[in-house]
Amino acid sequence: MTTGTTAGPVVRSGDRLWGLSRRQLTSLRTTLPVVVLFLPPALLLFTLFVVLPMGEAAWYSFYNWNGYGAPEQWVGLRNYEFVLSHKVFLTALRNNGLIIVVSLLVQIPLALWLANLLAHRIRGALMFRLIFFLPYVLADVAAGLIWRFVYDGDFGIVSGVVQVAGGEPVYLLAERETAIWAVLAVIVWKYFGFHMMLFIAGLQAIDKEVMEAAEVDGATGWQKFFRITLPLLASTVRLSVFFSIVGSLQLFDLIMPLTGGAPGNSTHTMVSYLYQFGVVRLQISFGSAVGVVLFVISVTLAFTYRRIFMRHD
Amino acid sequence: MTSRPAPGAAGLRPDALRQSYIYAALILVAAVVIIPLAMTALGGFKTLGELRTNAFGLPSDWQWSNYGDILFSERYWLQMRNSLVIALLTVGLTLAVGSMAAFVFAHVAFFGSRYLLNYFLLGLMFPAATAILPLFIRIRDLGLIDTYWAVVLPQVAFGLGLSILLMRNYFRGMPKELFDAAFVDGCGYIRFFWRITLPLSRPILATVGIISFVSSWNSYILPLILLNSEEMYPWPLGMMVYRGEFATDWQLVLAFITLTILPTVIAFFAAQRHIIAGLTAGAVKS
Repeated sequence: MTTGTTAGPVVRSGDRLWGLSRRQLTSLRTTLPVVVLFLPPALLLFTLFVVLPMGEAAWYSFYNWNGYGAPEQWVGLRNYEFVLSHKVFLTALRNNGLIIVVSLLVQIPLALWLANLLAHRIRGALMFRLIFFLPYVLADVAAGLIWRFVYDGDFGIVSGVVQVAGGEPVYLLAERETAIWAVLAVIVWKYFGFHMMLFIAGLQAIDKEVMEAAEVDGATGWQKFFRITLPLLASTVRLSVFFSIVGSLQLFDLIMPLTGGAPGNSTHTMVSYLYQFGVVRLQISFGSAVGVVLFVISVTLAFTYRRIFMRHD
Repeated sequence: MTSRPAPGAAGLRPDALRQSYIYAALILVAAVVIIPLAMTALGGFKTLGELRTNAFGLPSDWQWSNYGDILFSERYWLQMRNSLVIALLTVGLTLAVGSMAAFVFAHVAFFGSRYLLNYFLLGLMFPAATAILPLFIRIRDLGLIDTYWAVVLPQVAFGLGLSILLMRNYFRGMPKELFDAAFVDGCGYIRFFWRITLPLSRPILATVGIISFVSSWNSYILPLILLNSEEMYPWPLGMMVYRGEFATDWQLVLAFITLTILPTVIAFFAAQRHIIAGLTAGAVKS
């Protein structure tokens, strides 16, 4: 054997290769194939269709580009200046905020209340749960179109009720003052069941004995709710708020069939704004700038929220 | 999510007064949920004139042809088929690609695995719409515009973060003894994945499958931007086109909506336990 004299790495029992011990080498031999075979498909897909487009959006946003050839006309921050000073975008931003506020003040309390009612031992609880969850399963587009009918001044239900009561037909989605509130009502209708289901799951995890002990001590319903249920559900509530924030920032599918952003661009969300002013008009650079703004807002909100409220969850 | 009769913290049978308050509240909310849906289905049986004058009652003359014409039209079946094909491809690819990556993250210790996992979780932080224009350009340059893959590939990519997270957590929860025993018997990682991990992971595969099926079935913005021709449209797009064509004929639009959401409603009530558990577990466990 010429082992000792050959140049380069030599593997001998007990020897080392590239500074790795024998045990590390065997582990490398068994792990390498699985890593090399199993990881790349996911990495490739994710990089190609999620990460790179995001990077490209940042790149395109500094140019004035129509999507053909390579971007050449550098415009610096002009696209951003336009987005951030565009009144319609600011309205959209406000609407996104409004959705979060309504979720906090109406949707989550409603969901909590219903989850509590359904926690009682009553007949039909399962059926009610299913009914309340049903809108969440329906596609946003279908829900949006259904409510466009419900709100329709000539054929819809809301107007029908008003007319039966002796009033004039109402066109909720056509008036600037009412349209956004009508949209918010649909959002609550569509998503409260999801939050309720989270709370039901959270309630099931609460120890029954705590409740029974409180009852023995003579706690009232309100006391039980505020002193026991709510504190023990705190992490679920924080999660639920998180989903409201994320959901608000993504909202698009519901807006298009309901109003398409009308009347007078008063009901846009940031995503429908991006669609209307970036995609429809094929303003690649401008739409990319909107995307970057949306990205920064989403990531900042998500990180800050998790940092502050979900550290221990 | 179980259907035990006494879920929750209280679980007590309330007295009669309280019980009637509970039922009144529940029925009121249920009515708000159901009335728009019921009126949509009923409206599809009316004539336009009756829709205007008789918003709430049963149709005086049931217009079965509103529904019949749609059921016998090619477009209805075509859009349902498109949605189904896109959803099945999305589920299949998500499960295949996601489970392999999740397996590596769960069982194989290698340098940088933590960073790589966080890289995937980045996808949970922002909406798919943010990079929609560069995505359009990428798909166009790949020559995929107006094909099923134009929608499937980005959908899978955006779903990977959550899918990998859910499956990794499940894989890690498997008993370690299984693993040790298999290795002693000379079973490598890849055989272990096929023979042991996957067969034991049906619940989580079902969960991830349901999440990606439902989100693909309902998805709107990606097909809207990446598909051009109506023959390729999944149902949410087809529904919007139909609405555009028959804008003044609400009764037809209502019948069309009813028929397109019918499969969802039926599937939901048939498999409610799995669907609710899947959709909420996906949310809670991330």
